[in-house]
Amino acid sequence: MNNRYARQALFLGENTQQRIQQAKVLIIGAGALGSASAEMLARAGAGKLTIVDRDYVEWSNLQRQQLYIETDVRQNLPKAIAAEKRLAQINSEITIAGIVEDVHGLNIEELMKSHTIVVDATDNFETSLMINDAAMKQGIPYIFGACVGSYGLAMPIIPGETPCLHCLLEHLPLDTMTCDAVGVISPIVQVIAAFQVMHVLKWLAGKTMAPIVQSIDLWKEERAEINVAKLKNPHCLTCGEKPIYPFLQFENQMKTHVLCGRDAVQLRPGLVQEYSLEQLASNISQQVTNLVVNPYLLSCQFEVYRIVFFANGRAIIHGVTDSKKARVIYNRFIQMGGACK
Amino acid sequence: MAYLGGEKGMSITVNGKQVELFESVQQLLAHYSLENRIVVVEVNRDIVMKENYATTRLSHGDVVEIVHFVGGG
Repeated sequence: MNNRYARQALFLGENTQQRIQQAKVLIIGAGALGSASAEMLARAGAGKLTIVDRDYVEWSNLQRQQLYIETDVRQNLPKAIAAEKRLAQINSEITIAGIVEDVHGLNIEELMKSHTIVVDATDNFETSLMINDAAMKQGIPYIFGACVGSYGLAMPIIPGETPCLHCLLEHLPLDTMTCDAVGVISPIVQVIAAFQVMHVLKWLAGKTMAPIVQSIDLWKEERAEINVAKLKNPHCLTCGEKPIYPFLQFENQMKTHVLCGRDAVQLRPGLVQEYSLEQLASNISQQVTNLVVNPYLLSCQFEVYRIVFFANGRAIIHGVTDSKKARVIYNRFIQMGGACK
Repeated sequence: MAYLGGEKGMSITVNGKQVELFESVQQLLAHYSLENRIVVVEVNRDIVMKENYATTRLSHGDVVEIVHFVGGG
């Protein structure tokens, strides 16, 4: 037997090393945070790594998504596949499953089943709240993390102990900053992924997980740490006395509908919110053409697609007939627009 | 310490940095353009509930921590 884990076992102890090698870790999202977490966990010897992502590798990913190389972009590889390939080169002694899939309320529970712990590496709150619901339902620890710009935050969420993400967020944010809207630099990705993997290792080591949310802005040299125990809501619909796991319910899912004979897909978000079309238009004006706004809708050409976006978040995307692809375009469009009220 | 529009000569610590005093938590959040964002705010190690942002006065020497929830990764 080789001694690839010797230094780590020296620090954590043989028992914890054993637990790491028996752990089944689910990473949702194979972008920047997912790449960084997955590489650390693969090197640490996590027994099974499942990494799920719906997107493919693009040039703009290479600056910070450490698992990918230029060949992956040229081959249009799905991130989950490229990640699996690279992770297997890093550690051939563990089981790695890359799953190309859009995570939603109907498949998240199945994906999560039989995993020891789940790491959030998604780029939107809607998916995070769904993961949170499924993790609380199945009693699986859930490590939240997110970053934009030079800022990020992380928190361990332990079912039955800490507040859950739903307790903290209460409702979906009106103004969701994301990577596409404001940019991101790689150092913050590494720091937040490091926080998340640290939480995974501490959990596997049997440490008590304090309900502390940590944030850091590397550029501004600011950091904060808040114990959020007080925010645990006994009536929370996800982790309270009478949970209904609202984000797993079909009514709250994005619904897509292929419009027959129109080369178009309609998308309706599960959580309806009113958008300011004027604000959206000004945020996207540089990236789209043929932009038209009226009191009811915004219409524009985005890459090869014509997007008609309604004030309540419903959209029709022309030039696509595949629901999954339409979702990807929709999410990119929303991110670009800063998803503002 | 740069003067940003708060009360002269008075200061608080926000996320480890000294800034000038703002009258209330709400004004402080407005200064950082965080009024309508999802934030958790702590003043002197005690979390301030959302509904109390406007009425929670800040004083010279207060230690404030703000965590802002973002989506991205």
